[in-house]
Amino acid sequence: MALTVQDVVAWIDKSNETIQTNKDYLTTLDQAIGDGDHGINVARGFQEAAAKIADGNYTSSADVLKDTAMTLMSKIGGASGPLFGTAFLKLSTAVKGNDPVDYATFTTGLKEAVNGIKQRGKAIEGEKTLVDVWSPMADFFSRQADFDGEKIAEEAKNAMEQTKTMTATKGRAAYFKERSDGHIDPGSASSCYIFKALADVIGGKS
Amino acid sequence: MKKIINDPNEVVQDMAAGLIAAHPDELQQLPGTTVIAKSNAPIKNKVAIVSGGGSGHEPAHAGYVGKGMLDAAVAGEVFTSPTPDQIFEAIKAVDGGAGVCLVIKNYTGDVLNFEMAAELAEAEGIDVEKVVVNDDVAVDEESSRRGIAGTVLVHKVAGAKAEQGGTLKEVKAAAEKVVENVRSMGMALTPCTVPAAGTPSFQLGENEMEIGIGIHGESGIERKSITTADDIAKELTDRILDDFDFTGGDVAVMINGLGSTPEMELYIVNKQVQAILAEKGITVYTTFVGEYMTSLEMTGCSVTLLKLDDELKTLLNEPSQAPAFRS
Ligand SMILES: Nc1ncnc2c1ncn2[C@@H]1O[C@H](COP(=O)(O)OP(=O)(O)OP(=O)(O)O)[C@@H](O)[C@H]1O
Ligand SMILES: [Mg+2]
Repeated sequence: MALTVQDVVAWIDKSNETIQTNKDYLTTLDQAIGDGDHGINVARGFQEAAAKIADGNYTSSADVLKDTAMTLMSKIGGASGPLFGTAFLKLSTAVKGNDPVDYATFTTGLKEAVNGIKQRGKAIEGEKTLVDVWSPMADFFSRQADFDGEKIAEEAKNAMEQTKTMTATKGRAAYFKERSDGHIDPGSASSCYIFKALADVIGGKS
Repeated sequence: MKKIINDPNEVVQDMAAGLIAAHPDELQQLPGTTVIAKSNAPIKNKVAIVSGGGSGHEPAHAGYVGKGMLDAAVAGEVFTSPTPDQIFEAIKAVDGGAGVCLVIKNYTGDVLNFEMAAELAEAEGIDVEKVVVNDDVAVDEESSRRGIAGTVLVHKVAGAKAEQGGTLKEVKAAAEKVVENVRSMGMALTPCTVPAAGTPSFQLGENEMEIGIGIHGESGIERKSITTADDIAKELTDRILDDFDFTGGDVAVMINGLGSTPEMELYIVNKQVQAILAEKGITVYTTFVGEYMTSLEMTGCSVTLLKLDDELKTLLNEPSQAPAFRS
């Protein structure tokens, strides 16, 4: 299986849809261990990204992902804006000239995205940040041989749930120290929705 | 939620428009952005100072744009860091060829977005230096200390140094001297509500207060029953004095209201802070009492102390024409 330009457009659309539906929940998560703006931030960013993409007549996935990255970077704000922006920019670079995007290329892109996020935010795995969804997802893609919607959704949900048991040492939640235990990291939840959206697009193809 | 607003999603734009309308000769809003800049920017061969952050801390930061302080302030959404493209626009608009010094409060969001903007500016050949303010002693670990009211004193000193003709390196050094010598701590009686969220981000009981709270309601050191102004002033001041040696130099004092604290109460706090400093033999050179770095409608205050040397005294005394800091 490979992702066509339309699939990538659908992925961004679906991500937006899922994030809009869960906007209040994301904000509730951020009120518990952050400053309560995460849902508002990502909802604003993805809304604009989806709108931007809807306007374009794209012939390459890299362009879709690049426009998504630039829109997220300029519309989300907060800590998550530059990080999601970086992730999609790295994906864009990796898939450039590789339409439709085959599994191996996408997997490389995910690895690059993780490296980019870690470099920008100076966080590593286990610090209760969105790295804790993106990094296990990249590892999961490396272990598998082809896109599998059901498994992707399940893996992303597991990764997100895992952040519950972590103590935050980066970002706003770090101010809460041990009191951040038992809460899901908001950025990991929105990241999970992005992978869930990808899973839905893949599921719709098979 | 009870607020004097129109559309909750338009509060930053509405505020910017009102601010410009109040100071049409001194300030301008860069078209299509939430950047407030001096109307006569860029000033040739003067180092420019750019700051910014989430909105909701008014008069920070746009109120500090003016001759002798900032050249531009970038306003993000309420309590959310502004984005790199906006910060980049600010940098481009104020660079007069001598470089731009970015004053950043130490929050992951602000640091990441300003860093990206600095990279964009450097790629266009603009010299940029960054100064990160972390004056909040409520956080133990220094690397994760937040930037709060002490940031205003960094604006003042950096702006004055630039006005005197300091180079980018000299401006950065003066700003960093403030960062090294400034400490703050705050407390709150009530939470605040982000307009787009509609509900308070945390709760405090009727008789509760939180010591060490941040300017976005970040959790503090301790939540306990409310006590007298003298006790509160002592708790905040003692923490600050424990953290840094303020003896052997004069200090500047800032008693900052978080949004809904009557000035009367700020002066009551100041009375006790001054008494404690006098008792410790620390001479107060100058005192600022008022709202400098707020947290929407939060009730509470913060205490800031800055240890001064001759250079910092001179720079604090330089004139400022910023609407929220005339001196
Ligand atoms: N250093 C970091 N590395 C990776 N992810 C991070 C880092 N810091 C924070 N995050 C992620 O960002 C999320 C919070 O994003 P959000 O949009 O709420 O920004 P914020 O921290 O509130 O920024 P601001 O202070 O400007 O409002 C966290 O849940 C976490 O997943
Ligand atoms: Mg947040």
